[in-house]
Amino acid sequence: MTTAVEQAPAIPRASTGRPSWLAGLTLGRALTHLALLVLVLIWTLPTAGLLISSLRDKDQLAVSGWWTALTTSETQGVTRIGTAEAQVEEGGRYFIRGNVFGTDTNKTVTAFGLSNAAPGAEPAGGSVEMTDGGAITVQADGAFEWASDAPFAHTRGPRIFYVSAIAPRFTIDNYIEVLTASGVGRSFINSFTVTIPATIIPILIAAFAAYALAWMRFPFRGLIVALVVGLLVVPLQMSLIPLLSLYNDIAKLFGATDGKTYLGVWLAHTAFGLPLAIYLLRNYMAGLPREIMESARIDGASHFKIFTTMVLPLSFPALASFSIFQFLWVWNDLLVAMVFLGAQQDKLVLTGKLVSLLGSRGNNWEILTAGAFVTIVVPLIVFFALQRYFVRGLLAGSVK
Amino acid sequence: MDDVLQQLVGAILAIVIALAACVAYFWGTNWLLDRVLSSGSSSGDAMTKRDNLRSSIRPWLFLFPALLFLSVYLIYPVFETVRLSLFDGSGRTFVGFGNYAWALGDPNFQRSVLNNVLWLIIVPSMATGFGLVIAVLADRLWWGNIAKSLVFMPMAISFVGASVIWRFVYDYRGEGDLQIGLLNAIVTGLGFPPQAWITMPFWNSIFLMVILIWIQTGFAMVILSAALRGIPEETLEAARIDGANDFRIFFDIMIPQIWGTIVVVWTTITIVVLKVFDIIFAMTNGQWDTEVLANLMFKWMFVNFDYGRGSAIAVVIMLAVLPIMIWNIRRANAEQGTR
Amino acid sequence: MSHLKLTDVSKDYGHVQVLKHINLDIVSGEFMVFVGPSGSGKSTLLRTIAGLETITGGTLEIDGEVVNHRAPSKRGIAMVFQSYALYPHMNVFDNMAYALKIANESKDEIKRKVEAAAETLQLSKYLKRLPGQLSGGQRQRVAIGRAIVRDPKVFLFDEPLSNLDAALRVATRLQIAKLHQEMSKSTMIYVTHDQVEAMTLADRICVLRDGMLEQVGTPMELYENPQSLFVAGFIGSPKMNFFNGAIAGKYGAETLGVRPEHLEISDREGSWSGKVIHQENLGSDNFIYIDMGGEEPVVVRADGASHYTTGAPISIAPMANKTYRFDKAGKPIKG
Ligand SMILES: Nc1ncnc2c1ncn2[C@@H]1O[C@H](COP(=O)(O)OP(=O)(O)OP(=O)(O)O)[C@@H](O)[C@H]1O
Ligand SMILES: [Mg+2]
Repeated sequence: MTTAVEQAPAIPRASTGRPSWLAGLTLGRALTHLALLVLVLIWTLPTAGLLISSLRDKDQLAVSGWWTALTTSETQGVTRIGTAEAQVEEGGRYFIRGNVFGTDTNKTVTAFGLSNAAPGAEPAGGSVEMTDGGAITVQADGAFEWASDAPFAHTRGPRIFYVSAIAPRFTIDNYIEVLTASGVGRSFINSFTVTIPATIIPILIAAFAAYALAWMRFPFRGLIVALVVGLLVVPLQMSLIPLLSLYNDIAKLFGATDGKTYLGVWLAHTAFGLPLAIYLLRNYMAGLPREIMESARIDGASHFKIFTTMVLPLSFPALASFSIFQFLWVWNDLLVAMVFLGAQQDKLVLTGKLVSLLGSRGNNWEILTAGAFVTIVVPLIVFFALQRYFVRGLLAGSVK
Repeated sequence: MDDVLQQLVGAILAIVIALAACVAYFWGTNWLLDRVLSSGSSSGDAMTKRDNLRSSIRPWLFLFPALLFLSVYLIYPVFETVRLSLFDGSGRTFVGFGNYAWALGDPNFQRSVLNNVLWLIIVPSMATGFGLVIAVLADRLWWGNIAKSLVFMPMAISFVGASVIWRFVYDYRGEGDLQIGLLNAIVTGLGFPPQAWITMPFWNSIFLMVILIWIQTGFAMVILSAALRGIPEETLEAARIDGANDFRIFFDIMIPQIWGTIVVVWTTITIVVLKVFDIIFAMTNGQWDTEVLANLMFKWMFVNFDYGRGSAIAVVIMLAVLPIMIWNIRRANAEQGTR
Repeated sequence: MSHLKLTDVSKDYGHVQVLKHINLDIVSGEFMVFVGPSGSGKSTLLRTIAGLETITGGTLEIDGEVVNHRAPSKRGIAMVFQSYALYPHMNVFDNMAYALKIANESKDEIKRKVEAAAETLQLSKYLKRLPGQLSGGQRQRVAIGRAIVRDPKVFLFDEPLSNLDAALRVATRLQIAKLHQEMSKSTMIYVTHDQVEAMTLADRICVLRDGMLEQVGTPMELYENPQSLFVAGFIGSPKMNFFNGAIAGKYGAETLGVRPEHLEISDREGSWSGKVIHQENLGSDNFIYIDMGGEEPVVVRADGASHYTTGAPISIAPMANKTYRFDKAGKPIKG
């Protein structure tokens, strides 16, 4: 322990280059590593568990923890042997053959027996006397052979109990099932349908407003900024009923049954994203150098021209930040989609689909884990690819 | 398959049309403004007057679509919800504060308020605390950035996705069976009986809070980490020369300098907590005493279709947010003044 | 032709009056320099001329037309900012071409003008570069080039050289002087802190103080005939020595001013005695700081070859007719 601590200063420091004042503390560094490691594990293990489980064989998933995924797991099984009709005669002896696993081939039998109480009485490969006469042998691969000198006459096949080992097996079967049979695939497409327009539409609208609030002089400007800041925290719940009634009224006008359309969701998400968009972009734009705007004005550029040729290109980082926010927020949203798009199966977005799976198949973990991972994989990719912009947006949105 | 295709084409079309409409609106109105009030032909005073008229109209052209959206989708609904909360379920009979009186006497509402208060106390403090600890630890280790990235990751995961992830952690099998939930595996590994965490009143709320803490800590960590880096190194060195030990430096020098940021993080998470809905909805739907206001409101609105009561609950949530809103506006105004 | 006329121009920011009743005529082709202490309103005056700030009182005329509310781009001006204000996402060519593109000039015309300006400013090699990839001096030249291509009636410069190092400053100063000669029809208005820039570049200098016009005149007029104590102290480097009390009384003034270069070391009759406290030898000149009992030491310019011991007593006397006499109000006493 002591040596490890003494060597600690040789370890390169965090990228800030800030010298660590904790380095002087003996033991401190080792403890720091340990503490952070524990915390990071707490924060990553649940997700890791989900991912690993979603890739496991569904039989294994149901009987053993995901942390045993790499070890062989044991289960007990039972199978009923065929009746006398299945017998074959070979050289004066009678046989009934088969496989305890049917066609399932990734398991191996370690032991078998004839009673529920002692399923592992005889190791694989050995043979056991049967009450109906003869003896049965079960091989490790599950193949059994019941041999007798006299012909079989039983009408009800006896049961064999066995202990089988399942070799670790990873598969994408769960995903295939989830994407096709469970309708998650359809929801995936629905989520994209909702998210992409709802991310793109607000950007231009917000950018123009943000520019006006940052660089144009007009009465009530301060008031509008205050309004935007206030609207940042208005709970969505306030909007649901009035908007739903409004949508339904409009739908009636057009003779539709209800107001649950993709258009409605896009517009709702656009509006709900606007306060943050305007706030973020205004802060960013106000920070652009004043001289550049003035210089452009002297060069004869109108506000419209300044906006399109100066402010928009220079605000790219802020636009990127907001797009990521909005994308994640819309993709991950449950409430707005549920209220404005409805709960019919063919209109469910991924989050809604996942909730409905939780309700209907709450214990089918192979479905739930794969389904959950399908819903989070897109945001995770976006997140890890564009983390820099995301962080920048967070900082601009709250510290300022 | 056909309708899927149709839907995708619709989405792409929507993007194109929306962008085209935006461009057409902004470009068109500007063009029109410059055209109608052109300064080309006239000169001197008249031209100047027109220039000024144009520059007093233009901001409103830029703002109009945003203001329209905000008015229809956020401002109007606030007033409408307040109005509906004074009417009965059908929205036709005026009942005054009847819905609020009902709420005060309703055990579910009381339970929700109690739970919300618990959430408000526990989640922001834990998320901010963990965020601060992780930020402090990570800033001085070479793998700190990787650690931060991993802790930050749940921010990208939906509340529903996170609920599934944690439901798997909390999974419960009868005693004697092999536990596949991480928590019960640990508990049984330590020799205790497994527990059905989600159905244990009171504690189950805590287990739901863990999910939100797990998500929000990354946010707190990122913001606080930036604030910590903003502390001038000299102040820490000066304190060390003055003989302060690490803990005193942390509490006497660092914390006071990032106090403002801590408050901002705290309030931001508080707002998230007040609106929390998805987690409860997905995990318990309010059963086993885990009800919160947002979920209760949803039930009254979209299960019982009682718009009066639902609106009243929404107004209560709004009232809880109000102080933070006012504080935010004050802060923003003060900042503008100094700009 | 571009004749600027400011009549009673004022500018308020709420309660603060930043410019107070400025009257100024800037004739066509003139190189006018604004000087004054920090915060005296130089930039504000320049920006009101540009139209970036609207004036709150008085009138501003360009060529006889009142332009108080006219948009900046319609005043026929170009401005060079202290921070250059180059468009960071456009290369040098596009930076210079921006105004021309907005004015809808033809592609060939734009190309011709930009290349010509780049040629004069030795920027031809850098046309494809972004501003971030240029040195400070090159950026400054791009900023000037951007002004030139528009062929404005009036050039406005706000401390354009203050971000450059000493050597570049001299070089760019010469370039601006040359530019002024070449574009003799264009009026130039130039804000600076730097005495040398003001004295060398200006046709006329305008001294501002607290938002008021203190004096306008050619550099030599200001140097030889300062119309106030303030101007006397502000123009000239090192600054003029001021004497009060008995010494001034002898000359019949409240305050007597003598420039360091107009004091000689001599013990003739009527000379003043003091003690050497410090000297700064620049090689060509030796500035001697003398304690004469006043608040500030008296500075004398002596020959660079001279040497004086710190602490030694010394006698100085003003040259004949090189004294400035001021009354109580700080106004010069004639005769
Ligand atoms: N937007 C504003 N609001 C209020 N006061 C202002 C504003 N802009 C400038 N001032 C004030 O006007 C005065 C003159 O400012 P100005 O920038 O013109 O000074 P300056 O002579 O250019 O100074 P410097 O040499 O430091 O550049 C200063 O006192 C300044 O504080
Ligand atoms: Mg200035």
